[in-house]
This record gives sequence, structure tokens and C-alpha cells, in this order.
Amino acid sequence: MSLVLEIILVAIAVSLSCSVLGVFLVLRGSTMVSDAITHTVLLGIVVSFFIVQDLRSPWLIIGASLVGVFTVWAIEALKNTGLVDQDASIGIVFPLLFSIAIILLTRYAGDVHLDIDAVFMGQLGFTIFDRVIIGGVDIGPGAFWSALIIFLLNSGFIAYFYKELKVSTFDPNYARSIGISTTFIYYALMTLVSITSVGAFEAVGSILVVGFMVGPALTAYLLTDRLIHMIGVTLLVSVFNAAAGVSLAYSLNLSYAGVIAFFTGIVAVTAFIFSPKKGALRGWVNRRRQKN
Amino acid sequence: MLRDKSITVENLTVAYDGTPVLLDADLEFEKGKITAVIGPNGAGKSTLLNAMLDFIKPLTGQVHYYLDDKKFTYQDIKQRLAYVPQKASVDWTFPTDALDVVLMGRYGHLKTGQRPGKKDRQIAKGKLNQVGMLNFSDRQISQLSGGQRQRVFLARALAQESDIIILDEPLAGVDVTTEKVLMNLLRQEAEQGKTILAVHHDLNTITNYFDDVVFLNRQVYAYGSVEDVFTPQNIEKTYQQNRQEAEASLIEEESGKAMDV
Repeated sequence: MSLVLEIILVAIAVSLSCSVLGVFLVLRGSTMVSDAITHTVLLGIVVSFFIVQDLRSPWLIIGASLVGVFTVWAIEALKNTGLVDQDASIGIVFPLLFSIAIILLTRYAGDVHLDIDAVFMGQLGFTIFDRVIIGGVDIGPGAFWSALIIFLLNSGFIAYFYKELKVSTFDPNYARSIGISTTFIYYALMTLVSITSVGAFEAVGSILVVGFMVGPALTAYLLTDRLIHMIGVTLLVSVFNAAAGVSLAYSLNLSYAGVIAFFTGIVAVTAFIFSPKKGALRGWVNRRRQKN
Repeated sequence: MLRDKSITVENLTVAYDGTPVLLDADLEFEKGKITAVIGPNGAGKSTLLNAMLDFIKPLTGQVHYYLDDKKFTYQDIKQRLAYVPQKASVDWTFPTDALDVVLMGRYGHLKTGQRPGKKDRQIAKGKLNQVGMLNFSDRQISQLSGGQRQRVFLARALAQESDIIILDEPLAGVDVTTEKVLMNLLRQEAEQGKTILAVHHDLNTITNYFDDVVFLNRQVYAYGSVEDVFTPQNIEKTYQQNRQEAEASLIEEESGKAMDV
């Protein structure tokens, strides 16, 4: 398989794993919470790494998930004191935990393959050199398989708790009244966001993880008006952004993560302006018509 | 005092951050009746409902439900109670249509991982028809008017096929036709022996639509049949308190300003 095709496959798998969760993050308006998580999980990774001294240990995922859940809990707890709003609460928790991670990383892990550039931008191009070999047969890059497994885990969660996710997002009070634990759903979703971020971290970096989670879902939200259609369109857009981004970056010799993020932004803005029903242009035309 | 009780509230006190918003409420709601909970803004009407639905933990007091001559707590009869939240508490830009919202009324009857089936779909369509919204089944919810949204909400509650229906401001911001349709349907449900309880804000329509009324302003000022207790004195008493407090806080504020200078 050609080099660029493999990079495209890794990018698509990572993008799918993030964007499928993004649907519910966008609908709940919790994209900023997920932004915080995608950064604070680094603290979990760093601390777990210091303990086990192995970058491939599953303890890194467990540590990162714990910090992810702690982030959500801390944001909620701070908000529930009534002293600050949710956005301010995010603004306190996220930089605090993230900066501790960065300090630890720069001070004590200078010689480890876990540097700050990689944290922000990822190293998509290098993921394909880390192969999975079963019984002597090379079945492709490890990053592809781990992202695929996370995508299936997320999809399985959404399929199994579909009704609960839907009703607790649309009408949380009603959901509680029929016995659905909205707290469980919220924390389960955020735990998956943590696991997904860790999986996506190495390949694409924390900035693009947020882009993958928000961009395709936001684009789909602007183009559809049924939840199931929104999920479908999210996955299509997600594949397109990743494939087009890598192809362009490869041919122009630019940063993969950078060009994918650029594509994600362009596609979302295009949908925002030109969406037939919810677009800005439509709204502008409607207002003009009403005036005349 | 009331016969055929369906819900009892005893010594219910609820506080937010140490400030009591509901003080020592004692109430009984009757089966087959439509009861209005009225009172000024901030009187604790929604708080009463929230405590009855276990959304918030009261400082003191209990709520009991009586079904088939047995006594239950809310957790035991959850599936037999339908709740209609305020319209404002819902995300109306959510990508879904009217039929789908009504189908949510069936979720309480389904297991985790189970999808609504043909029977659920039929029930949902039947209820949409009852509220006169069948032609709007596949209408995106953001495209519905305030009255239509409330109709869809009621259809969802009816689809639960519950014994008790609790509504938070069901008639706020709806047109007169919708108001009549909704209240007629609730009347039919009450006649089948269900218990209907609604937070209400419009004193002018109490005598048209309700059997019983609860006067609430942090504490219960009066409750009973509309005939007996819906009197100018009780209205005056319940709404008076607020006016005095508003004036008092205004004076306080002004004197505070004077101090600043």
C-alpha cells in the first residue's frame, strides 16, 4: 500500500473515532468541556508514564481517562458553587491541569519521545512506521487499528444508549422524570471523550482532536434536521476532511494536522453560509423578503 | 378532608443555598381532578414539582403516591407518572421531528438498548392525532409554533399512558384554541380517573378549567376546590406578601444606595 494511502487511512480512522462523539458534544453545547478534556488528559498520560515508564502501557489510557473524568467533575463542582459560570469554570480547571502536565513534561521528560510539538500537532506522518504484525503478517499501522477499535467502542455506546442520549440531550428534565440517569450518560460520554483523546493524541495532536470532534458534527448539524441523518453526515464529512486534508498536505508538503484543520474549518464555514435551511445566506434572504 | 387522594405532600421544606423557597407545605391531590398550583413569580411552584419528582432533595418532608389503594414513593411509580416540563427548558433546535418527540413518551416502557416498535409508533401517532397534530408528524420541531410545541408535549405525556400527569406552565404562551384543546384532553384523562396537576399563571382561566386550586407563595395559603377557596381574599393574601417584600427590598436598595454616596 502506498505511503499516502496509509496516512489517509489513519487520519480517517482517528477522525471517525472523534467525530461520532462530537455529534452529542455539539448538540449539548459541551464542546468546550471536550476541549478541556482533550488537553488535560495529557496530565494523566504524563503521570502514568512516570509511574510505569512505558509509553505503550494501557495504564496511560486509564490514567488519562481518570484525569478526563476528574476534569469534568471539577468543572461541574466549581459551576455548582454558583460563584462562576460554566465557561469561567472551564477557564480555571483546564489551564491549571494542562500547565501542570506541560511543566512536568518539560522539566522531567526532556529525553522522552513526548515533546510539546507532538502534543499540539501530533505526528501523523510517523504513525505508519509503527506496524502491527500478527503471525509474521504486516496488517498495517497500529494507530489505524487502535483508532478503529475506539471508533467501534464509541459507535457501540451510541447505538446501545441511543434513546437515552437523545432524550437526555433534548430534554434533560423529562429524561430524569422517566428514570434515565442524565449524570451517568454525561460522565459516560465524557469518559469516552477522554479515551478517544488519548487514542487520537499521538497521531494528530490535541488541536486537531478538538477539530475532529466539533467540525464535522457542526457541519452536519447545519445540513440536517434528524439526529440519525446528522450522525450519517458527520461521518461522511469526517472522512472527506481527513482524506482531502492529507492528500493536499502530501502534495504540497505541508503539515498534515494543519491542512486537515484548515479543511475542517472551511467545510464548516461553507455549511454555515450556504446551508439550504439553516445557512446565514438563507436567513439573510428571508429577512430581506420579510422587509419587502 | 379530600376523598380519594392520589398524592400527599407532608411538611415539605425546600431550600436553595440556605434560603427556604418552600416552607412546610402540606397538600393532598385528588384522583380524577385537575388541580392548579398558582402563586406569584418565585413562589416556589416549580420547586414544589421538582421536589415531588425527586429532582431536588427537600430539607424535610415526604411525598407519597397512592395507586391501586397502595402507598408508593416517586421512585416506585416513575413509569406511571408523566411530566411535562416548561417549554423553555428544552432545546428546540435539536434535530428531530414531532412524531419522534412523542415517541420519547414510550421510552420509559422500553429497556435500555431497545428501540420503539410498531406498537409504540401507533400509540404515538394516535396521540398526535388526539392533539390535532398528525399532519405535522414529520415537521422539524424548530418550525413549530409555541402552541404546537405544547400540543406535541402533551401528546408525549399521553403516550406514556400514565396514571398521573404533572405539567409545568402548560398554558404559558399558547393560543386560545390550543388552550381549549389541551384542557379538553386533560379533562378526558381526569374523567378516566387520572390525577392532573398543573402549575398555572393565569387567574382568569382557573374557574373555566380547574377543579381544585393550591395557593402557593413559599407556603401554602389555601387549597381545596375552586368553588370553596378561589376567593378574592385568598388571591389577595397570596399575592400581597410578594408586593410587600418587593417594596421592602426596594426601600432597602435605595437606602443602600444612599449609604454608598
